Amino acid sequence: MTTEERGLTDEQLVGMYRGMHRVRTFEMKAADEFAKGVMPGFVHLSVGQEAIAVGTVSGLRGDDFVSPTHRGHGCLIIKGMPMRAMFAEMLGRKTGVCGGKGCSFHMGNLSLGIYEINGILGSSSPIAVGSAFAMKKMGTDQVHLAYFGDGQSNLGSIHEAMNFAAIHKLPVVFICENNQFGISMRQSDAQAIEDIADRSVAYGFPGVSVDGNDVIAVHEVTQEAIKRARAGEGPTLIECKTYRWRGHFEGDPTPYRTDEEVAAWMEKCPIKRLRERLISLDILSEEQAEQIAEEVKQEVDEAYQQAWDDPMPAPEDALVLGY
Amino acid sequence: MRELTFMEAIREALREELRRDDKVYMQGEDIGLFGGCFGVTAGLQDEFGPERVMDTPISEAAILGTAVGAAIMGLRPVPEIMFADFLPVCFDQLYNQAAKLKYMSNGEIGIPLTLRTACGAGIQAAAQHSQTLEALCVHCPGLKVVYPGTAYDAYGLLKSAIRDDEPVVFFEQKLLYFIGEKEEIPDEEFTIPLGKADVKREGDDVTIVAYGLMTGRALAAAEQLQADGISAEVVDPRTLSPLDAETIIDSVKKTHRVVIAHEAPKTGGFGGEVAAILAEQAFDYLDAPVMRVAAPDIPIPFSPPMENFYIPSVERIVEAVKGLM
Repeated sequence: MTTEERGLTDEQLVGMYRGMHRVRTFEMKAADEFAKGVMPGFVHLSVGQEAIAVGTVSGLRGDDFVSPTHRGHGCLIIKGMPMRAMFAEMLGRKTGVCGGKGCSFHMGNLSLGIYEINGILGSSSPIAVGSAFAMKKMGTDQVHLAYFGDGQSNLGSIHEAMNFAAIHKLPVVFICENNQFGISMRQSDAQAIEDIADRSVAYGFPGVSVDGNDVIAVHEVTQEAIKRARAGEGPTLIECKTYRWRGHFEGDPTPYRTDEEVAAWMEKCPIKRLRERLISLDILSEEQAEQIAEEVKQEVDEAYQQAWDDPMPAPEDALVLGY
Repeated sequence: MRELTFMEAIREALREELRRDDKVYMQGEDIGLFGGCFGVTAGLQDEFGPERVMDTPISEAAILGTAVGAAIMGLRPVPEIMFADFLPVCFDQLYNQAAKLKYMSNGEIGIPLTLRTACGAGIQAAAQHSQTLEALCVHCPGLKVVYPGTAYDAYGLLKSAIRDDEPVVFFEQKLLYFIGEKEEIPDEEFTIPLGKADVKREGDDVTIVAYGLMTGRALAAAEQLQADGISAEVVDPRTLSPLDAETIIDSVKKTHRVVIAHEAPKTGGFGGEVAAILAEQAFDYLDAPVMRVAAPDIPIPFSPPMENFYIPSVERIVEAVKGLM
């Protein structure tokens, strides 16, 4: 199937390539700086899962919404959140997305269509469904993408959110990022089923599993689900199968898996796969690919430097809200 | 004598109770293979196997709810809720089930479970991973609430909690895991009875009631106050429910002034309960209003300058005491 037949222009495809690079480079910069001990608290990086952020968020309208997971920097970046403000938040700076009050996994921006990332697993799904409920009530044709991981899929609130969305035929797309781990617990030990998409049957709406490291495939199924949602046909569950390259949190010694297993998954790198495909289709040259990598590196480094130079909040800023 | 940190003391208590009674078992997220997200349960699954130290899916209602069911059948579960902030996810199982089934059954049902949970701020884990929710548990009749501030107390109290036939919520302040001071703990096993406060430092001029992270800070405040000629007595309730009010009142009879220090926000905090008890039962002994040192009524901020502002400091305890003199 040619790219034109898949409905994506060359420009869009190169844009997705750049997008995945931006996420990967941002996350690796965060990893390097975190290792120096300069970032307080915790970060959860999505290295290896970039195709999901890019595939699902690309092609959303500005007035569509996303509720990313705690591993959601990728969604934020692709939805338009400035990298400087993200780094600043992670460094605890006053100029951070949440003024330093939130942290890496509490960032959001309503004007960009990003709901605050939630630190309590399972809790963002009912909220996303509520947003979709309001969208339907107000008669807009917006959609809300509700993300959760394989670990989270076993929480009661996910069940309730899906059932609620189903009975009201709400414009929500549930996106399960199955990276096979909930911290140390494998998906295969945490549930008796293999395909989380199968659970959609229980609620009465379609579910589909997709190769989460194939950005074009992810994009395609998401666009279909979004079309259904906008047409008032209700929710869809998309399970994106992928793998978490790094630990659950930076500093996680990962005693629960082997280096060999990680290396095997790194061979299926979503960025590498798209690059090879685009080069083979003559949509991208090696030089262009290098050029993109350079530009992205510069973008990320600049954003980090600016964030680094930004001021810390005063202690009493804890008592004052910024809006 | 053993030298154990707060975390090690908890681990040893768990190890000993798992050895002592086959009915004791643990379940929680990442407690087995990973050894607990902070490392508290490291090595326990190796020793006792995956059925007595069991990893669970991310399902707080099931973690606590199945523990309730197993306890009714005669096992002695020690479920872990990874962060106290997740207690609201399984609040029904805690409030309506674990706490109430015995009473509703007119005493037929017993629920000998011990819920362990890591609580508190200090490691920049932000608003949804830094709360300390003991006041909510104290307010629920049918639950015992234990909140150690030292390794020694954590060890003895956890053993008692596991042996107790009532549901106990055992709060482990997570910054205390990281501070890692070694304390001397006897080689021979011992327990500390629930419902018994401890005078950690004797004094004559003021009583400081403190627990959890504030135990150490109150003792440091007492040292500073000593240099200024103020003799502070530090009373650590250790068990918040049932509270040993008598020990606190005896102290107040001596000192006539009280400061209560806790990490949780002020409004609706446990300090208010203690203050009310003192107003009811020790009114004639008070020479000054009962003061509370607590966090402001806001969610916990992430960035270090703001988080440090939030958590009551040694200086704030010292200031509060001086304000009473």
